[in-house]
Amino acid sequence: MPADLLTHVLRQADRILVLSHRLAEWLTHAPELEEDMALANISLDLLGQARHLYTYAGELEGLGHDEDYFAYFRDAADFRNPLIVEQPNGDFAVTMVRQVLHDHAALLYWESMCSSTDQTLAALAARAVNETRFHLRHSTGWLIRLGDGTDESHRRAQAGLDTMWPFAGELLGADDEDDLRAAGLIGPRFDGGWRAAVGATVVEATLTMPPEPPTRSGGLEGDHSEHLAPMLEVMQDLARAHPGATW
Amino acid sequence: MSQAQFDALIDADERIEPDDWMPDDYRKTLVRQIAQHAHSEIIGMQPEGEWIARAPSLHRKAILTAKVQDEAGHGMYLYGAAESLGVDRAELLDRLHNKTQKYSSIFNYATPEWADVGAIGWLVDGAAIANQVPLCRCSYGPYGRAMVRICKEESFHQRQGYQIMLTLSEGTPEQKAMAQRALDRWWWPSIMMFGPPDTESPNTARSMAWGIKRYTNDELRQQFVAATVPQVELLGLTVPDPDLVWNEERGQYDFSEPDWAEFATMVKGEGEIPNLRISTRRNAHTEGEWVREAAVAYAEKQQQRERVA
Repeated sequence: MPADLLTHVLRQADRILVLSHRLAEWLTHAPELEEDMALANISLDLLGQARHLYTYAGELEGLGHDEDYFAYFRDAADFRNPLIVEQPNGDFAVTMVRQVLHDHAALLYWESMCSSTDQTLAALAARAVNETRFHLRHSTGWLIRLGDGTDESHRRAQAGLDTMWPFAGELLGADDEDDLRAAGLIGPRFDGGWRAAVGATVVEATLTMPPEPPTRSGGLEGDHSEHLAPMLEVMQDLARAHPGATW
Repeated sequence: MSQAQFDALIDADERIEPDDWMPDDYRKTLVRQIAQHAHSEIIGMQPEGEWIARAPSLHRKAILTAKVQDEAGHGMYLYGAAESLGVDRAELLDRLHNKTQKYSSIFNYATPEWADVGAIGWLVDGAAIANQVPLCRCSYGPYGRAMVRICKEESFHQRQGYQIMLTLSEGTPEQKAMAQRALDRWWWPSIMMFGPPDTESPNTARSMAWGIKRYTNDELRQQFVAATVPQVELLGLTVPDPDLVWNEERGQYDFSEPDWAEFATMVKGEGEIPNLRISTRRNAHTEGEWVREAAVAYAEKQQQRERVA
């Protein structure tokens, strides 16, 4: 069955919220204070994007659900994020590799969404493009420094790429959204542009692209790895302990 | 510049700048105070940082993330102000990590419930503001200017803390009870944030003469209680001090003596929570070493490439 716009919006919102949450887990653990600040800042931008998308999802759904309903009162199987964002942070290199893979895709996605026939999403995209450019500058800057830094950082950056690469495919979007593309609600696929952009960063970072194409998928359909449920348990625990309360 | 010129600037209530001559003790006092302040900002990120993952709404999650981010920023300005006195950040961090410099003992208390996030913003940041507003006029220029910026952000932090407490107090009975428990936990530690009584604060007089400090500990404590009691009443909560009473004659509140023995224990920084705070910091620093080294190595390679090009 082809996906509707609500499913598409939730896939984006869930991707962005879960990634925001993972980045916030770095706070007070970052390699230097500047990174505590930068990661908090990126996490916060993403959280802002996710909140707009959830609010819009509530309008599309028409059941009176607000942003907190989608974030706090759905189970892991209802989440539609790509598997890559729910993976544990690993070391700083693993996190930066994930950001690079994600941010290149996010930039192409938001750029394509600026001309969506859906006015709400097009308006959101216009703002998100600028934020994502900054995020991409941060992540590629770090991956290049790590890849082309010391022997240890090179080794860790390559290991990070090898760890995250199998999950990267879902960042390119779902296969059941062609009707939305045909209607101009979402932009064309950007697989080629993404491979070229990621390839260029990987080369500049003196790393080696893994030979096999990405293999892991399922998140966009709600089939998650073992890492999402424990994350949501922490995130949702307090909200669920006081149903109906305001905070 | 000389002692006489320094004294003249202090007497005229003007600012001392990094290149000016200053007495060694003045410099040492400032380094110690600014470093402790910077350490407090970055250690203070921990108890609240833990709650970002568990914040009960996306709105609260966003505000709390922004607050913790601000605290990292405050740490950076303050380390910068300390560096203008001839020490470097790495050295100060080492002293935090090996416990030869302290951070505010307020962060050695536990934060078991969401309401603690509210109480920290409202009371702890409130007490910090009361301490820090006068520091905007500190005789040492870079510190005073850093404090102007920090105080602006702190007052936003305090408002968000009070907002959390207000929402909880007006919420379900469970939420209101949670708010009262947090007030019970944080009242006395906040009162003690102003430091020991004036009679037992040996450095106060000198710091006041140098224009580093503008009010005594007890004066600030009194101001804080006066400002906070009406806020507690507005929340419909109860201050955990049966002897708190308005003294018409003095035009001030009378209140019980805090438990200074507990304060002394907390300041020592021993026990489970202080050990956790320091080990979290130390681990972040140690585990981040290869990242910082990579950044330096890359920058050196780039410089070499530019020279060759």
